Amino acid sequence: MGSRNRLVHPVRLVLAALALTALGAACGTSTGTTAAPSASATAVGPTDASAPRGPTGAVTGSITVSAAASLTEPFTSIGEGFRAANPDVEVTFTFDSSGTLARQILAGAPSDVFAAADEASMATLTGEDLIAGSPAVFARNQLTIVVKQGNPANITGLADLASAGTISLCGSQVPCGRYADQVLAAADVAIPADSITRGQNVKATLAAVADGDADAGIVYVTDVTGDKVEAVAIPDADNAVATYPIGVLTNSADRSTAEAFVAFVIGPQGRATLEAGGFLPPG
Amino acid sequence: MAFFALPLAGLVRLASWSTLLTDLGSPEALDALRLSLICSLGATVLSVALGLPLAWTLARVSFPGKGFVRALVLLPLVLPPVVGGVALLAAFSRRGLIGGPLFDATSDGGLLAWLPGGPMQFTFSTTGVILAETFVALPFFVITVEAALRSMDQRYEDVAATLGAGRWLTFRRVTVPLVLPSLVAGAVLAWARALGEFGATITFAGNIAGRTQTLPLGVYLLLESRPEVAVALSLVLLAVSLTVIVALRDRWLERA
Repeated sequence: MGSRNRLVHPVRLVLAALALTALGAACGTSTGTTAAPSASATAVGPTDASAPRGPTGAVTGSITVSAAASLTEPFTSIGEGFRAANPDVEVTFTFDSSGTLARQILAGAPSDVFAAADEASMATLTGEDLIAGSPAVFARNQLTIVVKQGNPANITGLADLASAGTISLCGSQVPCGRYADQVLAAADVAIPADSITRGQNVKATLAAVADGDADAGIVYVTDVTGDKVEAVAIPDADNAVATYPIGVLTNSADRSTAEAFVAFVIGPQGRATLEAGGFLPPG
Repeated sequence: MAFFALPLAGLVRLASWSTLLTDLGSPEALDALRLSLICSLGATVLSVALGLPLAWTLARVSFPGKGFVRALVLLPLVLPPVVGGVALLAAFSRRGLIGGPLFDATSDGGLLAWLPGGPMQFTFSTTGVILAETFVALPFFVITVEAALRSMDQRYEDVAATLGAGRWLTFRRVTVPLVLPSLVAGAVLAWARALGEFGATITFAGNIAGRTQTLPLGVYLLLESRPEVAVALSLVLLAVSLTVIVALRDRWLERA
């Protein structure tokens, strides 16, 4: 009996430790995920004093970029490109709805760059003098109807949404939700209130159609990727144009690196990545 | 203690007391309050109805795989709620394991098409909210009641049997009265858990104002559009939680 007790305790300890680790990992995930620097950056690691410095213009430093959820894919690629051009830099991304990010920054979240999906979210920060200089519009986007692969509900346009079942839209304070409400109002389409499910950011809104039971949704053109969903176009005349501003935060701990990142996004490489992802030029 | 008191004190300080009642009277707030009340009570009833036989079986009957069954029942306690929502989708969505066949059967041309109410869909419905809340609340009830059943003096049940009482009579007139305090405590815990559920609800039942937007979901969305209403609703949840804890202090906290 005594030796059995001794054997049990270490086993329980290990199991408890495993459970706690699993819990900790699970608790660590949230809708606004922080993408860690890519493997290539961590492989480069801390600066080796004897390593040659890059040509003038290569920056070092560590910044946090808060970007709208719809920018997840292009900014992740841009981040990799930025790190390739500046091997000693570290960029951490936080993706969530522009409104949520703005609220966090207003509450003091440490961030260096803010890229929003509409001017209104940026305005909440410029109004509090949290943006250095004036923000620059670096891309534009448009909305589209998204349906499940194969379009089982046979949706051909906005008018069909009024009777197509459950429609997934972004929350009315989320930029894509604001744009969607505008587009629906302009097209005079009234979806019954008990058929609209509101997502907290555009990726959650998309997931309701891709993985959930929503019959259709309205998201950005750039979000319709993969083989679970397809797009039903909204004619240009009825569509809204989303403008994406980017700015450096006045409370940034590393202004020069932040400005270098913004310059990279606005520059040719950033623009190419954004256009490859389906974004429209700032125009 | 400050770790717990400070956020709550901050919430109280943040509230706009002058407009509190009008904020709570706004349509979104009233909808969320009503829905939360209905769904949490529904989830509690379901948790008791399903949980009582389950707890009794786990406490009294020995069968192969019992440890596994208990682990399954208690799994939602440690499962992150959003993961629970994803699991519920896998089972009960229109393309899910059970939800799929049910939906097809109750649609036009299916085996059960004669049932009233049209195709059966759990997602984006108030029923779905109750389902999601029961999923997370049931383990709380089961764990409380099973513990009580195990620790009660079973000799009373044995005596009842020797006096000729059948199993059901014994259960009704002997067992239940003996574990009633724990039954109530378990039900209240399940209710409180159901009331606060967010992740599984928003993932499985969606966020439809008036139909699935319960208090926690309402607070989350209102934080950006009307923060003063969000804080008012948070205060309601805070008041409810405090009441629950005060009411349970003798049964659950001190006894354990």
